[in-house]
Amino acid sequence: MQTIANTNRRNFLKIASLAGGGLVLGFNWTGADAATPLTEAGAAAVPGVDFNSYLSINPQGIITILSPNPEVGQGIKTAFPIIVAEELDADWTKVVVEQAPLDTKKFERQVAGGSGSIPHSWKRLRVAGATARQMLLQAAAKRWNVPVSECSTAKGVVLHSASNRQLSYGELATEAAQIPVPTDVKLKEVKNFKLIGSTVKNVDNPKIITGKPLFGLDFYREGMVFAMLQRPAFGYKLKSLDASAAKAMSGIIDVVTFDNNVAVVGKSTWQVKKAKDALKVEWEKADALESTADHNRLFKEMLDSSEATVRRKDGDVETAFKNAAKVIKAEYQCPFLPHNPLEPMNFFAHVRPDGVELVGPTQTPELARNETAKLLGISPDKVTVQLTRMGGGFGRRLKADYVLEAVQVSKLVKAPVKLIWTREDDMTGGSYRPAVRYRFEAALDAQGNMVGYKLRGVSINAGNATREDNFPSGAVDNLLIDSVDHKSPITTGPWRAPITNFLAFAEQSFLDEVAQAAGKDPVQFRLELLNKAKQKPVGAIKYDIDRMIGVIQLAAEKSGWGKKKGPDGKLLAQGFSVYFSHRSYVAQVGEVVMQKGKPVLQKVYSAADCGVVVNQSGSQQQVRGCVVDGIGHAMYGNITFKDGVPQQKNFNEYRLIRLAEIPEVEVHFVQNEIEPTGLGEPSLPPAGAAVANAIFKATGKRLRSQPFVEQDEFKGVS
Amino acid sequence: MALFKLLVNGRNYQADVDPDTPLLWVLRDHFGLVGTKYGCGIAQCGACTVHLNGEATRSCVLPVSAVGKSKVTTIEGLSSDGTHPVQLAWDKVDVPQCGYCQAGQIMTAAALLKRNPKPSQSEIDDTMTGNLCRCGTYHRIREAVKLAAEHPVSGSSKTPKTK
Repeated sequence: MQTIANTNRRNFLKIASLAGGGLVLGFNWTGADAATPLTEAGAAAVPGVDFNSYLSINPQGIITILSPNPEVGQGIKTAFPIIVAEELDADWTKVVVEQAPLDTKKFERQVAGGSGSIPHSWKRLRVAGATARQMLLQAAAKRWNVPVSECSTAKGVVLHSASNRQLSYGELATEAAQIPVPTDVKLKEVKNFKLIGSTVKNVDNPKIITGKPLFGLDFYREGMVFAMLQRPAFGYKLKSLDASAAKAMSGIIDVVTFDNNVAVVGKSTWQVKKAKDALKVEWEKADALESTADHNRLFKEMLDSSEATVRRKDGDVETAFKNAAKVIKAEYQCPFLPHNPLEPMNFFAHVRPDGVELVGPTQTPELARNETAKLLGISPDKVTVQLTRMGGGFGRRLKADYVLEAVQVSKLVKAPVKLIWTREDDMTGGSYRPAVRYRFEAALDAQGNMVGYKLRGVSINAGNATREDNFPSGAVDNLLIDSVDHKSPITTGPWRAPITNFLAFAEQSFLDEVAQAAGKDPVQFRLELLNKAKQKPVGAIKYDIDRMIGVIQLAAEKSGWGKKKGPDGKLLAQGFSVYFSHRSYVAQVGEVVMQKGKPVLQKVYSAADCGVVVNQSGSQQQVRGCVVDGIGHAMYGNITFKDGVPQQKNFNEYRLIRLAEIPEVEVHFVQNEIEPTGLGEPSLPPAGAAVANAIFKATGKRLRSQPFVEQDEFKGVS
Repeated sequence: MALFKLLVNGRNYQADVDPDTPLLWVLRDHFGLVGTKYGCGIAQCGACTVHLNGEATRSCVLPVSAVGKSKVTTIEGLSSDGTHPVQLAWDKVDVPQCGYCQAGQIMTAAALLKRNPKPSQSEIDDTMTGNLCRCGTYHRIREAVKLAAEHPVSGSSKTPKTK
């Protein structure tokens, strides 16, 4: 169950230690294979007995817990084992965590996406731990010849307090594993959790801080070759290729083409990179060559189009707007965004006559396997997938395009291949967050109640850019939500909190505008709408009203909403935002102060309801990371196109938020016993509006487009 | 191609490579020291940070021919067992999310503390802002650098092992 199979790492170490302080022979990876660390001292050196798909225990009491889902920085490799260990009553210091390979017979949903791992696996993981605990209890009771009911467990041992005896899990493992698997185990009550809800560190910290091979790009295999591709920009195809100069360069093995791509294959990353740059490739038009200016024109057309797809309709919108005391109308826009995980796309593929070996970073190993099988016309069970830790994903690695590229090259050159995307490849190769523009309209009655609401979402390759059943749907009597989408050659895909990562900014900013126009406090305005939805719901409501009210109240309380004063004695400029996505509820308050005439985001308060918090440390990290991500992209993120060619190619042209630019982030969770939901995404969507609404409060300037730094309104306040 | 002799983590290495090969790729592809990461290739993200005679240096834009007799230290050589105060602080504060940028962050922080053992908050920010973290672990990076400077942690970590 090794993350990455390896036989040659020891050879390398032997060379290194033989050389001692003297000369270490320079070597290529022909004789060494880096990706597997040595077995660490104490770590399950003696094999354990399996209790179920998730865990085994060895005679020394080392508990090995498999984490089946891909680790992309969301902390699942720590969170999953915590849940198993809690119900097992394991001693956490004796737990060894292993990344499981793709195995759809043993595990379901080996996916990192949609913040869905925890809600999907919560019960399964608890049952796995509790079942093994029950078997250990029975084994001990049998050995002592006492009733099971007299035995208890704690920190890796079974106790019989009446006789003051105890046996460790290690001592019992072999016997316990023989016991028929119980089918009706009792799970702990939430209030009795010890490990769940505590502060547990990332299980891979020891390797990360010492630079051990963990990531896809760190994988090396004897005899493997390196490959990089030149790909056509959006709307182009391959016209001609002159690879003579590239082929003549040192270390280059071959140049091959497939599907309009040109692949350079060679003996080292740098040689391949140089040869790739030396290719003489001509591309020709194969589809529309779109520019950002075209998209802006298309947005206007689609906003006024009579051919929209109606997503939700409640009441009589036309009459509500005709009779309105006040109508508020505003448009919001967000650009394409690349995902930019710091580890660029890469994958190892070895297409052999008898099957395919895949190793690398993917959020969807099953998709990678199935698409590989389909491409090669073989059975999926001929394809193995080993999962490496991922240097970020943000949705980019939900697609298998780069896996298939590695497969294609391996098939063509008949060798094990590591395919590497450069940063430029990664930023210009899609699949982006789609660009979207929204038009909102609200009708207020004479008392400032929102009696009508219209939203049109128009987009480039987003499909439906709305979430028609989210708040404020259900709280407004007359409502119309529709959308228009333009199909473009520019590839798009899920980007952390798909759709809601920009819809929430637009909607929560617009509601701030409506509250302002109604002369109401933004928090009070939202609470009024939610109370209305509770008392007189309109149509289907797919969010929990009380949980949404709960996070609003918690964020307002913790931030001192409407009351907190700055050092000058004046009320601080605060902005409010709340959003429900991926089954979790998050409210945020941004706090802006003016420094030298410029608004500076000082602090963000975040209140989340994700049910039971599995790991305090990991959960706080996810919230902070989401807030930083949400703010960073709202402030700076933008990718533009000229005739199908992305105009930003690396971090010198594309700005990511940096350490000196972050606000303080204070994290709060609603305490309850509800089954946990995910945290990899839900704290991102509300962040943009919390900032924009606070900036409005401080400056009177309303930011309606991202990135903020490129807007006239933002420049105007400096 | 030419033969280059390098002193990395106190040990002599040699590699037969093109003179313009960045130190990053010599470390990774030729010496098997993969702790140093590729992020951008143009010295913008800091994932490739190593020490050259103790100074934080971006190895992705440093040709191997320019290394000469400089002493190179990578994350693998910062300490023999992960007990450099910055490494311990990184674990204690539980900085990593995905972890990919963290070797570069640690090397940048370690070089800062070597030349300035008690940096102010703004000195920490000015230095660490040069390293990108796409997961947004910046709050804890700042906290860990402060911890390493003010109260170097010692002792073993309770973090379980992984295979």
